Amino acid sequence: MQITPLGDSALIIELGDAINESTHLRVQAAWRALTAEPMPGVSEAVPAYTTVTLFYDPAQLVRAGAPADDLVSWLSERVRERLKNPPKSAKTKPRTVEVPVVYGGDFGPDLARVAAQAKLSPEDVVKRHAKVEYRVHLIGFAPGFPYLGGLPKELITPRHAKPRMAVPAGSVGIGGEQTGIYPQVTPGGWNLIGCTPLRLFRPEDDPPVLLQAGDIVKFRPVTSEEFEKLKESK
Amino acid sequence: MIRVLKPGLLTTVQDLGRPGYQRFGVVVGGALDAFAARVANLIVGNDDNAAVLELAQTGPELRFDREALIAWNGGDFGATFGGQPLPRDRAVRVAAGEIVNFGVARSGLRAWVAIAGGIDVPLVMGSRTTYRRAGLGGHQGRPLIGGDELKSFAPGERAGALLAALNAMGKRATAWTVRPETLGKPAPVGVVRAVRGPEWDWFGEDAQRDFFSADWQTTKEADRMGVRLQGPGLALVKPREMISAAVNTGVVQVPPSGHPIVLLPSRQSVGGYPRIAAVAGVDIGRFTQLRPGEKVRFEKIPLPVAQELWLARERDLNRVQLGLARVTG
Repeated sequence: MQITPLGDSALIIELGDAINESTHLRVQAAWRALTAEPMPGVSEAVPAYTTVTLFYDPAQLVRAGAPADDLVSWLSERVRERLKNPPKSAKTKPRTVEVPVVYGGDFGPDLARVAAQAKLSPEDVVKRHAKVEYRVHLIGFAPGFPYLGGLPKELITPRHAKPRMAVPAGSVGIGGEQTGIYPQVTPGGWNLIGCTPLRLFRPEDDPPVLLQAGDIVKFRPVTSEEFEKLKESK
Repeated sequence: MIRVLKPGLLTTVQDLGRPGYQRFGVVVGGALDAFAARVANLIVGNDDNAAVLELAQTGPELRFDREALIAWNGGDFGATFGGQPLPRDRAVRVAAGEIVNFGVARSGLRAWVAIAGGIDVPLVMGSRTTYRRAGLGGHQGRPLIGGDELKSFAPGERAGALLAALNAMGKRATAWTVRPETLGKPAPVGVVRAVRGPEWDWFGEDAQRDFFSADWQTTKEADRMGVRLQGPGLALVKPREMISAAVNTGVVQVPPSGHPIVLLPSRQSVGGYPRIAAVAGVDIGRFTQLRPGEKVRFEKIPLPVAQELWLARERDLNRVQLGLARVTG
């Protein structure tokens, strides 16, 4: 484990050097240990693929007893202690979230493109995409946007050279070896294979998202009629 | 009630941001110069996280229906009220029915306006900051437009005392000022201090030298998320892909083009480009005042020095706060 400063008010804790399941589990465990009880002066802990980043206020660290001339060592020491002896927290089982998707047609204009490069029929692409379980590695890019790990290798499809100006909300996309869901209308370069009626960003809820890092996602193919029925109004 | 007669170029409601939700992809945002916003609030007796207006390049024209105590700071906008110059960096009494016009920035780019009591907009995820991309927070989730009406909370005791003192003396503004850019130990003009970034070693010696010696120029590719700089291309020793991770305000990331981007408070919650440096927290405010095409140099300082600068500025602010408690007009 390596701890590196990120400017004068953040610290990166590195828990691996590749995107995979075991690193993901270490990141999740470290995040839980660092947030189960507040750490003085630390305002936020942000997990990503291989890291947890702590944001802190130097003045508050000093108030918590850190020596003014060596805040980083002091905080790093506290992080190491915390990870060695994590507070008892209910180790939650990962949630499995089913995400209904209409594949192809106007809902997934790039399904044919993904099928062509995989040398599969569009139906087979859907079958394979919806068969596996995905892990939410992190939420980023846009509020509620999940980066999912676990895409079957044959479905890996390069991004569009020229991103679309407006990807419809709910679009399920493949970008290289990643798959994810666009919560809002945004520009985006991934291959769109389908669309979900679910809202991924819910600012009125706590937490304000449908999916969180650590969750397991299963896609369920649905018809466009079912899509309309399931569509959530804002 | 404050009526927006003209909205200005990009006037938004901001506080110190919306921390705590980055792991859900929600940006922190908040005033681009959080310290300046805190000082403006301090002057009118607000909590430092009270919602203020942030102005960019062209300010708004506002009509105050009721008497109010306001303070503004930041760039050199030709602000007026009732046709007279509206003094900066101090508490000013605006009379009922008076029009405040913030004009156009003559130097600098942004300004912050605190109104005693703070702007009354709903808290969304713990903050009043405008989150434009998601269309929430601030005033209806967007920059101000003509015809908007803003409310403010009731001013605190301190604001009441200041208003009473100004009225008693027949004055419009306090004699004392608090100038955020003079607190702590400011860098020389045209200089922004920075520390090495986590991927510093990924860059070649030329890039490392150039970053801290070149005259960089800000470009028009600039918004509240970040500012792209023009100057010598910064190359990695060898091509290398970074795994996306959290970023912070002030982080200088270098995409494959070699032209660095300095991230600002409305940055995305994660980034995937190597980070050659990070602007010192105390110099973010100065950086956000740079106009497109303006020159800037980065001075390399060690991390403990950057943090000492931060602490020194906080000490100064504390001192000012204690001093202000004893004075009114």
